[in-house]
Amino acid sequence: MKVALRKVWTRSWVVNKMTYSKRLDERKNDELRPMDAKAGVIPNADGSAYFRAGKTTAYVAVYGPRELFPKFKQDPKKGLLRCHYAMMPFSGSGERIRPGTSRRAQEISMVMEQALLPVIDLSEFPNSVVDVFVQLPQTDAGTRCAAISAAAIALADAGIPMKDMISSVAVGQVDGTIVADLSYGEESYPAVVSDIPVAMTHNTKQITLLQMDGEISKEDLVKALDAAKSATEKVYDVQMKALKSKFSVENKK
Amino acid sequence: MIVNQNTIKDLASKQMRIDGRALTEYRKPILVETNISWTAEGSARVQVGETVVMAGVKLSLEKPYNDTPDEGGIMINAELTPLSSAEYESGPPGIKAIELSRVTDRGIREAKAIDMKKLCVEPGEKAWFVIIDIVTINDAGNLFDVAGLATLAALKSARFPVVDTETGAIDYKKKTDQPLPLTKEPLPVTVYKINGNLVIDPTVEEEQVYEARLTVATDDKGTISAMQKGGTESLSIDEISMMIDLAQEKATFLRGELDKQLQ
Repeated sequence: MKVALRKVWTRSWVVNKMTYSKRLDERKNDELRPMDAKAGVIPNADGSAYFRAGKTTAYVAVYGPRELFPKFKQDPKKGLLRCHYAMMPFSGSGERIRPGTSRRAQEISMVMEQALLPVIDLSEFPNSVVDVFVQLPQTDAGTRCAAISAAAIALADAGIPMKDMISSVAVGQVDGTIVADLSYGEESYPAVVSDIPVAMTHNTKQITLLQMDGEISKEDLVKALDAAKSATEKVYDVQMKALKSKFSVENKK
Repeated sequence: MIVNQNTIKDLASKQMRIDGRALTEYRKPILVETNISWTAEGSARVQVGETVVMAGVKLSLEKPYNDTPDEGGIMINAELTPLSSAEYESGPPGIKAIELSRVTDRGIREAKAIDMKKLCVEPGEKAWFVIIDIVTINDAGNLFDVAGLATLAALKSARFPVVDTETGAIDYKKKTDQPLPLTKEPLPVTVYKINGNLVIDPTVEEEQVYEARLTVATDDKGTISAMQKGGTESLSIDEISMMIDLAQEKATFLRGELDKQLQ
């Protein structure tokens, strides 16, 4: 499989003379994959959301605030936020993924919590927990960003106090070109590539998730993070549209 | 919703239900959508009322088992995700998930719904193995029937991936137009006994008050391929006979819905 893909890349690579001037899926450099979002998709949950970016889809359910067990984990000053990221066993682009948690899933769950916590106020819910469950039926790239964007919608849907909205998307650099929302083909492009998942607050443009792999210069990194501002704005618009279509008075009629 | 359990029982004896349905009526809508996951070889999302279940099929090439060297294999796994209900917790599958996956598995396996010999590529060396994963999205009751419907829809939508003729490696990103060798289409229907009355498609509240239940998987000819009795009380042979009649009738109804929506 790798060999076959490489053939295709090499061809376009030669035509482009070592620069990444045209994206593999012909998007503009700042253009995100087609997005969809919906709030309130899981009736049992206190809040829930569906979010799609290209061929990556995420379902998120929020349960809580509810009493936290075991009791020794309770914080009498504030509630706890717990994220649980999981890919469905058939959601990987290769072989079946064994169910159950992996090291990767545990790390993503942790960075999700840290990406969302800065805007969430759980001081009114001592000894309780807010659980955020993620399930991905199909994945291409950017699953943690899709999960965080969906989780933010679901938390708002659940009525959890939030100071700001969190929107997440990856930015990066492919063979010298700064691009937004990398696809799997771009993440594994045979040149210098960097993939930088970012989550940002809407009003204050603070960064709450920052990871990177690949190679990038400091100058390009600053440029990429600057590009993340407008990229996350586009995610924000989709998130707010989903929430408004559930809660606006006109739609209740 | 917290409902007095006696209310459900009293209503059942008057042939009534809390949501106004007849005792043997499925909830609406019944929605079947296939190819919901491009990464799976086959997939489906099925909704009955507010219950939503996804199923995905993954295919892999493995060495056949020693006792069946000319056959492939199937495996069905079910996850009752904590996303789908406040009742479920993260961690290894509990007894409810194990029962769900085993009952669904038997319905397909014992009907010989998949021609295992046609899954063999090279006797004793290489055969296709079919792994079906059932994932709950919202559990509002009757997971047996909804999971069975999702499993069959996912199997029907599955297409073999491309295999490199030289290396034998599977290219999961490319699919052929070759479907699975399905010989029958078994569907499970679960009949519940509530206060002596036969009830179909229970909600979560109704699932808490039943005396006994019987899951019956039948194919399009009405042949029974798997059964599972559940619940803490007994059933008479007459009751079992009536439950099977009802299950066959409802399986025909569900099969009709499936065929209508998969066209």
